[in-house]
Amino acid sequence: MCGIAGVVTSEPGSIDADRVMSMTAMLNHRGPNECGLHVEPRAVFGHTRLSIVDLAGGCQPMSNDDGSLWITFNGEIFNHVEVREELVSKGHRFRTESDTEVILHLFEEHGTAAVEKLNGQWAFGIWNTRSQTLFLSRDRIGVRPLFYTVVGCRLLFASEIKALFVDPEISRELDPCALDNIFTFWTTLPPRTPFKSVRALPPGHSLLWRHGIATVWQHWRPTFACVGDDRPNQSSPEMLRTALDDAVRIRMRADVPVGAYLSGGLDSSVIVALMQRRNARLRTFSIAFDNVDFDESHHQRELVRALNLDHAEMRCSIADISRVFPDVVWHAESPILRTAPAPLFLLSQLTRDSGYKVVLTGEGADEVLGGYDIFKEAKIRRFWAKFPGSDRRASLVRRLYPYLRNLQRQPAQYLQAFFHTSPEDLASPWFSHLPRWRLTARLKLLLSEDMRAAAADYDAFSDLAATLPLEYGDWPPFTQSQYLETAHLLPGYILSSQGDRMAMAHSVECRHPFLDPDVVAFASQLPPTLKMKVLNEKYLLKQAARDLIPASIRTRTKQPYRAPDGAAFFGSRRDDYVADLLSPSQVKRDGVFRPAAVAALVRKFDRGQATSAKDDMALVGILSTQLLVDRFINHFEAVNPWNGSFRTFVHS
Amino acid sequence: MERLIQDIRAFIVENFLFGDNSTPVAFSDDDSFQERGIVDSTGILELVCHLQERYAIAIADDELIPENLDSLSKVARFVERKRQPQPVVNHAR
Repeated sequence: MCGIAGVVTSEPGSIDADRVMSMTAMLNHRGPNECGLHVEPRAVFGHTRLSIVDLAGGCQPMSNDDGSLWITFNGEIFNHVEVREELVSKGHRFRTESDTEVILHLFEEHGTAAVEKLNGQWAFGIWNTRSQTLFLSRDRIGVRPLFYTVVGCRLLFASEIKALFVDPEISRELDPCALDNIFTFWTTLPPRTPFKSVRALPPGHSLLWRHGIATVWQHWRPTFACVGDDRPNQSSPEMLRTALDDAVRIRMRADVPVGAYLSGGLDSSVIVALMQRRNARLRTFSIAFDNVDFDESHHQRELVRALNLDHAEMRCSIADISRVFPDVVWHAESPILRTAPAPLFLLSQLTRDSGYKVVLTGEGADEVLGGYDIFKEAKIRRFWAKFPGSDRRASLVRRLYPYLRNLQRQPAQYLQAFFHTSPEDLASPWFSHLPRWRLTARLKLLLSEDMRAAAADYDAFSDLAATLPLEYGDWPPFTQSQYLETAHLLPGYILSSQGDRMAMAHSVECRHPFLDPDVVAFASQLPPTLKMKVLNEKYLLKQAARDLIPASIRTRTKQPYRAPDGAAFFGSRRDDYVADLLSPSQVKRDGVFRPAAVAALVRKFDRGQATSAKDDMALVGILSTQLLVDRFINHFEAVNPWNGSFRTFVHS
Repeated sequence: MERLIQDIRAFIVENFLFGDNSTPVAFSDDDSFQERGIVDSTGILELVCHLQERYAIAIADDELIPENLDSLSKVARFVERKRQPQPVVNHAR
């Protein structure tokens, strides 16, 4: 796992190589082991390396045999062993054991279609010295980040936005439409990023830059069976188990020890159990909370005992969350509406300090195999629409959210009304997400007049509609919900703000077996009833896990991963930055939010009267945005590239 | 009554609309809080706590119904009713 950066130009001599070195140095946390630079008149590539595969031979940027192709690569190719064998049989000769070199040879063989043969998580750039073209690509689901921007004759790309901002020609300005996105969907719709000048290469996309013109295309997207496709489905739990076991097997490939994150839920427990069969002394890492509402350590310990795991626990308090939150936002590079990334930031620190660079996680199971409460909620709301007189409404919602205390206390009539279903809602292409998005969109009331005016003509839902696949309308409702989660929240928040960014902040690489392309393909053709049987989520996975994990974990009520939100910043000891950034004068200076609205919200938290999910999202959303403005706009600082302790290679 | 409605409106605007009472979230005295999305799923409890504290009234669980609480005028009427001296009922033991 690594950090990549680069600049290409249509005018030779217009790239400052030292500046690319500075860009690369901004990514030291992603790759503290080595740093490399490749310099040509029209292309300069940088790379910071976290050495995992072929520790001695995998230095980057790397070239092919004749030096006609140069690559800077962040990620892992899990099927590199099999692809290498295939290429060797076709006459390719390898100099190293690294997966990086496999990409180069595969590109020689197949050109830009090479990515279709990769099983992995990647973001890379390949410079073709003969055609003077740049090829950028990002993995199917969007595990690895990749951003770019075009300034005049130059295209700049990097793993993180902060590297692009080293170039003074790149403006650092928030995009009001991005805030509109985040304060509705919890993420931006790619290629939009929180900053006007920067684009994200969307998941499953590639880009070819030639003579100053960039072309972007989609190389992969999720596909599902359509309504009416009633071909018999022979999928069995054993087939899922085999696919998952293989996904785990190839993700344990590394020249360093591989550990796992353990939440205590079904998904990570399944992964840990499959890993433990291959490594009897498996090392696992968990988050535990002081607050019992969020804590799952009881379940974690149960699995640790059952599988005899070598386990380490990071106990997280609200003071910890507040303390690290500025660093969390610096790494997330986006406004966030939850503090949930903060404990994961601390967990990667524990993992690194324990001597581990690689962990497997259970991420992706809820999207791929149908686990989220939002899928269940949509089923219930459809049931209500069909039986409007049913008096079981409130009890169904209470059953759906047993962990939400406030919701449990709500009067039945109010619950029924809040989750009411109108005929217009039923016809919506994003029916499942309407309650969540409507609630979140209330946060836009916090925005300043200027911010709202700047996005007044912008319609996020038109943007969303434009991204939907043509056959989306032919998919069953359950599948449509799955698609929305998989295409947007998963890469835009779960795998980034809670995933790559928090892990790489401490040089830890996460690998996700549930997002293996074979597992995803298998899951995609499953009928919805095998994913959620009535209201029993991840049904097939539970069947597949029958003899793997204790029954108590397999059948326990699902508890989504959450952390203390707004209250974390209003404990007995308050960090100075909270008061500074939320002060009316600072809010007014930054111009993003209405000072009176922020002051009213702060008063509410001060008095301990903020109890709703909306208030929590509002406070965390405001504070993270203010931190983003502070660190990326008001006080942005580039690091000195020559202060690094890593080895540096320069090819030119 | 008018004063009461103003007070409750101020609370609703500050607590549920982040102090914003401009269009498109402006609402009339008779607009349904739920239909207009003004009071969210947990908001009703906040409103009830506020009413109990501010107007020194006790609200029973079976009074937590939209007929009492789903618009400014309904809330105001409900509060007025609750502030009237309640008949004393002696329960036989």
